[in-house]
Amino acid sequence: MTEQNVTITPELKESVVNLLFQLADDDFLYSYRGSEWLGLAPHIEEDVASSSISQDSMGHAAMFYQLLEEIGIGNADALAHLRPANERKNSILVERPNGEGYYMEVPKYDWAYAVVRNYFYTTAKKVKIDSVKNSSYDPLAKVAIKVNMELYYHLLHWKTWFVQLLSSTDEAKQRMNIAIEQVMSDFGDVFSLGKDGEKIVELGLIEKSDVLIHRWKQQLEQVLQSVGLSLPEIPANPERNGRNLEHTEDLVSAIETLSEVYRLDTAASW
Amino acid sequence: MQMSIKSLEKQVLDVLNEVKDPEIDTVSIIDLGMVEEVMAENGVIEIKILPTFLGCPALSIIQKNIENAVKAIEYVEKVKVEFINHPPWTSDRISEKGRNGLKAFGIAPPPRLMDSDGSWHVDCPFCGSTYVTMDNIFGPTACRSILYCKNCKNPFEAMKPISTLM
Repeated sequence: MTEQNVTITPELKESVVNLLFQLADDDFLYSYRGSEWLGLAPHIEEDVASSSISQDSMGHAAMFYQLLEEIGIGNADALAHLRPANERKNSILVERPNGEGYYMEVPKYDWAYAVVRNYFYTTAKKVKIDSVKNSSYDPLAKVAIKVNMELYYHLLHWKTWFVQLLSSTDEAKQRMNIAIEQVMSDFGDVFSLGKDGEKIVELGLIEKSDVLIHRWKQQLEQVLQSVGLSLPEIPANPERNGRNLEHTEDLVSAIETLSEVYRLDTAASW
Repeated sequence: MQMSIKSLEKQVLDVLNEVKDPEIDTVSIIDLGMVEEVMAENGVIEIKILPTFLGCPALSIIQKNIENAVKAIEYVEKVKVEFINHPPWTSDRISEKGRNGLKAFGIAPPPRLMDSDGSWHVDCPFCGSTYVTMDNIFGPTACRSILYCKNCKNPFEAMKPISTLM
């Protein structure tokens, strides 16, 4: 019942930590990129909705970091803010910037890209969280039940945008198709569990990538069909695999920005 | 001894009834169904709280408010507040008193039963009309949506239904 003093064997611990970092870092970067849209979304209702989704997702990341803290990996806030890019396990997809420019100056963010990235990512997250609800690591399974309930609304939101924009003007369709291509080119590591992924699966922490990918495709197929599109391919051998600590410069600058205030005074109480 | 332990727990529950949602002063954390367990042993009070939404920024404020309220009770030496995720908080944990408290604040309580297709219906907290439209599933806080009453022409908020069936 109590979530303190979790006891865990060293073998299990290694794989639990590995998976938790993947889930935590994914949601952390995803919500950071979402938060950069604040004040820039297409209309005020969307600003409310997408910032609410970013807030929820940051809460999910915080829970995963909290689980890491509970097995003695370090303080949750420090894990989120202070780890350099080459220690992160998030997928490449979530570290990509929102578009050209910088949000403090002249951001030229791409809403089509945001919609496709958020919809495809959230569908992938839903598939993973569903699997993790049956994880052999009980504290994670319990958090997954909680995350799943909030995810319901996120998925509904991004699906609505996705279908509406692809059922809209020619320009909207064209921009959405470009965005789909762009998002898919970074999808190669989203379902990867990294080089030690087999152990994670063997221990029953989550199901294997192939199974997850199959479910993701099943979920997307009908929606894509309804807008006259076929299933996009997931690249087989991505240039970089974030699960194996391979990242772009975009992650380095993202971490620099997002941790700036935290680093000013790591002992401050907020 | 047994008597005094019981009465201490009762006293804690009484003060928790006065710990309000930081943004909705007509409902307490007990009305919202957030208090899962209260244990009192030798002046040490352990309270288990279920967060509504994981990213809710009010949680640390609620924790502080609980600690301050409970510490004020005589014989209480230490207060430990723990947030737990199991059982998960669901919107059907809000009591009848809580539902009325939400309405009094102008927030429609969450619908109790969702239709099998996942759709849900909310009545206007001001005039009771069912002639309402959804403006935004997401609202000013993670747990609320924004709606509009076509009958009395008021915008209003509703607590989102949250269920493990989702």
